Amino acid sequence: MTTFKLNGQPLNIDGADDTPLLWAIRDIAGLKGTKFGCGIGMCGACTVHLNGRAIRSCITPVAAAGGTEITTIEGLDPAGQHPLQRAWIETQTPQCGYCQSGQIMQAATLLKDYPSPTDADIDAVMNGNLCRCMAYVRIRKAIKLAAAASKSSVS
Amino acid sequence: MSRPAEILVTDASGAAQSENVSRRSFLIGATSAGFTLAFLPPGLTISDASAAVASQSFEPTLWYDIDRSGIVTVNIIRAEMGQHVGTALARIVADELEADWDKVRFRHVDSDPKWGLMVTGGSWSVWQSFAYLSQAGAAGRIALIEEGARLLGVSKGDCKARNSAVVAGKRSMSYADIVTKGNLTRVYTADQLKALPLKPATERRLIGVETRATDIPNKTNGTARYGLDAEVAGMIYARPKLPPTRNDCKVTAIDDSAAKSVKGYLNSVELNDPSGTVPGWVVVYADSFDAANKAADKVKVTWSVPDAAKVSEADLLDHGRKLLADPKGGSLVVEDAGVDQAFASAKMTLEQTYTTSTVLHFQLEPVNGLAFEKDGIWEIHTGNQWQSLILPTLAKALGVPEAKVVLRTYLLGGGFGRRLNGDYAVPAALASKAMGGKPVKLVFTRADDVLFDSPRSPSVQRVRIGFDADKKVVAMEHHATAGWPTQVMIPSFMPKGKNGEPYDPFSIAGADHWYSVGAQRVRAVSNDLANKTFRPGWLRSVGPGWTNWALESFMDEAAHSIGVDPLAFRLGLLTGASANGANGALREAAVLKRAAEKAGWGSKLPPDTGLGIAATFGQERDMATWSACVARVKVDRTTGLAKVEKLTLVVDAGTVVHPDGALAQVEGAALWGVSMALHEGTEFVNGQVRSTNLHNYTPLRMRDVPDMDIEFVASTDTPTGLGEPGTTVVGPAIGNAIFAAVGLRLRHIPISKEAVLAGLKTV
Repeated sequence: MTTFKLNGQPLNIDGADDTPLLWAIRDIAGLKGTKFGCGIGMCGACTVHLNGRAIRSCITPVAAAGGTEITTIEGLDPAGQHPLQRAWIETQTPQCGYCQSGQIMQAATLLKDYPSPTDADIDAVMNGNLCRCMAYVRIRKAIKLAAAASKSSVS
Repeated sequence: MSRPAEILVTDASGAAQSENVSRRSFLIGATSAGFTLAFLPPGLTISDASAAVASQSFEPTLWYDIDRSGIVTVNIIRAEMGQHVGTALARIVADELEADWDKVRFRHVDSDPKWGLMVTGGSWSVWQSFAYLSQAGAAGRIALIEEGARLLGVSKGDCKARNSAVVAGKRSMSYADIVTKGNLTRVYTADQLKALPLKPATERRLIGVETRATDIPNKTNGTARYGLDAEVAGMIYARPKLPPTRNDCKVTAIDDSAAKSVKGYLNSVELNDPSGTVPGWVVVYADSFDAANKAADKVKVTWSVPDAAKVSEADLLDHGRKLLADPKGGSLVVEDAGVDQAFASAKMTLEQTYTTSTVLHFQLEPVNGLAFEKDGIWEIHTGNQWQSLILPTLAKALGVPEAKVVLRTYLLGGGFGRRLNGDYAVPAALASKAMGGKPVKLVFTRADDVLFDSPRSPSVQRVRIGFDADKKVVAMEHHATAGWPTQVMIPSFMPKGKNGEPYDPFSIAGADHWYSVGAQRVRAVSNDLANKTFRPGWLRSVGPGWTNWALESFMDEAAHSIGVDPLAFRLGLLTGASANGANGALREAAVLKRAAEKAGWGSKLPPDTGLGIAATFGQERDMATWSACVARVKVDRTTGLAKVEKLTLVVDAGTVVHPDGALAQVEGAALWGVSMALHEGTEFVNGQVRSTNLHNYTPLRMRDVPDMDIEFVASTDTPTGLGEPGTTVVGPAIGNAIFAAVGLRLRHIPISKEAVLAGLKTV
């Protein structure tokens, strides 16, 4: 039995300790916004936050989430209006959209660490997130737009 | 050459099925909610539109409804896989209908015979749909104006439609009110429909105007639903155990003793597949995917394996070279009179051979399917691009009539042609059948998905050109061989060449170019060893992915061989002077000129940096999208790395319905072109692809994205396709840029650092 908070709600997972967190989120908690892409932590589609940090849920055993706060795309903002989500719409970034939950969750960590990210910062942090539609130009643009919006709302 | 318009009159079983909407009549009939506006099946005439709509007896090909609140809902038969196709198609209807876009909705429909051919591929959706969606919208507009005029008590000649209302001077009535108070019931014969006035391009209010794609918000908040997200109560999970090769393996033993220690493991079953799609497959069932996944790793299956298990990439390419060496093999797609004589009398000839590696689709959502039987109907829940192709196979596999199988529609986590081939739905259906129709969700791991991919075949091509004494081009021939997806999956789609031999049109498109080259020959040869070893797939642009690599690299080589600038050489062959497609040649010349001008063609560049140019009319001659690309590439002589610094693309796709969506398609397609030229590719080793996941398959990522400058030619011509052309023009532009930078000519993609380093020693 593993207990953690999922988007603020306590959750008990009664399964194998080595079940990937991804499948606990998708198939036990029923939150389908977090995606399965490669299963080896190299595409980033499964990215969620563990205590506020982006992790790959496909290679994180559920036991490692015990006692932590897990946030998925559904919990990033209650109304889906996080500055990154707004920027993703403003720039019309998603194509097939399958990787975008992971891209947005990774970008959220990026903006925490680098509130005004340079291109090099974006390359370094976002390179682990594959977009097979190759909407990279817009992902970069959206991150910069969200950074600017967050900055102007703070100041 | 391939003629998609003709292809459309053949359904997946090869039976004649007229899709020619211009011969159909159109009805508007009342429903309980408002009115339905629909094309009638060909040959059907009715006298009472409302009765027909109410009874549904004639299975109308429905296109849209308008309800009493004025909401217009357009049915979309195309799959959404990132191209925002619903937005584009609904806007075509709404523009002619003069509807307020805020009141327009669309729904992606499940499979049903009433929709006719359901396929999303070939960059065809907008091009094929434009005329009939426009007509459907215009018919609605005319009826609303007539009925609105009657209700307002004015002459219809004094009325116009705007923004979901009929307006007569200062008076107006909303579509909602007309639908509520009036009677739109009408039947238009095919001839009347044809006579209804479509709006001139200057009157367009939605087509070509920027908008936001309707599907995007759900793709930012986790609510978008893909096939992998499908669930029904009581379902169990399964993961496949794939045999060592695609074809002809037989299970000799299954040992699941080790799997029994996995909590939740149920059992392992060999699939019995009358359709022959998944020979030698075993599925491993469990009460969760996690358990099925773990158990599958522990189940030991032994197989008897065919000779294909000995075939590797070099065998496939060697076989291709042998096939091309036999001048009698294959299909003559273009065979002008006097080709051999023209070469014989040529003063100078140049011949080169080009090859391409196996490429994976690697769509990010692994293939999957949820299947069950309910009330005698088999439901398959999965994302799919070509429902009409896989339904007969599913019916055969399940041993039921086609009418007993329905494909439920989901978003696709990437298509790229992978889901044109719906083979993954077969093991899902059979996995449920083996459990008596109980709901089974079959999930492929990434490695399962890759090993079951229908990859882009490796290819071999030989191209030759002949010049006369004045260095004028007098003859050209292009021979190409690869595995043919169309031959393997739907041979009825193959037209016949000049020698009566059938060919896969999608595997040779591009070689039948628009350059005026004198006597021309294009020959397509099926690589039977490839077809036997694996299932070749349609991958984003299919044949032009290799034909244009050879053609546009070769045009560069041919130009240099006579000391002419590669741009000037191309323009000299695209004068439109010959019978070889005058208008097309000029449009290709126009995008080349514009791209060259924008990219600073001819300007001085830093050391080891070069500009390369290429063009394409991709996707097909019948649906040409003129595209040109200039790539600026810098070669690092120490590492062998070819870095793409900038891509300049100019595209003439006729009318662009959804400009930002079109731009997104070209951005993604161009980067696919970079990726397949420099970053991704695999090889067959012992009957299977060597790559299984991202540790050894490496598509382009964020840090390798070059600057891009993309421009569309302003046009009101017929809209053509945009999903694919950008992919094929970039590779040869990069190859040509490497030559311009360091004098090294490379004739194989993907281009590796090792190949650049080795090549640099020879120049």
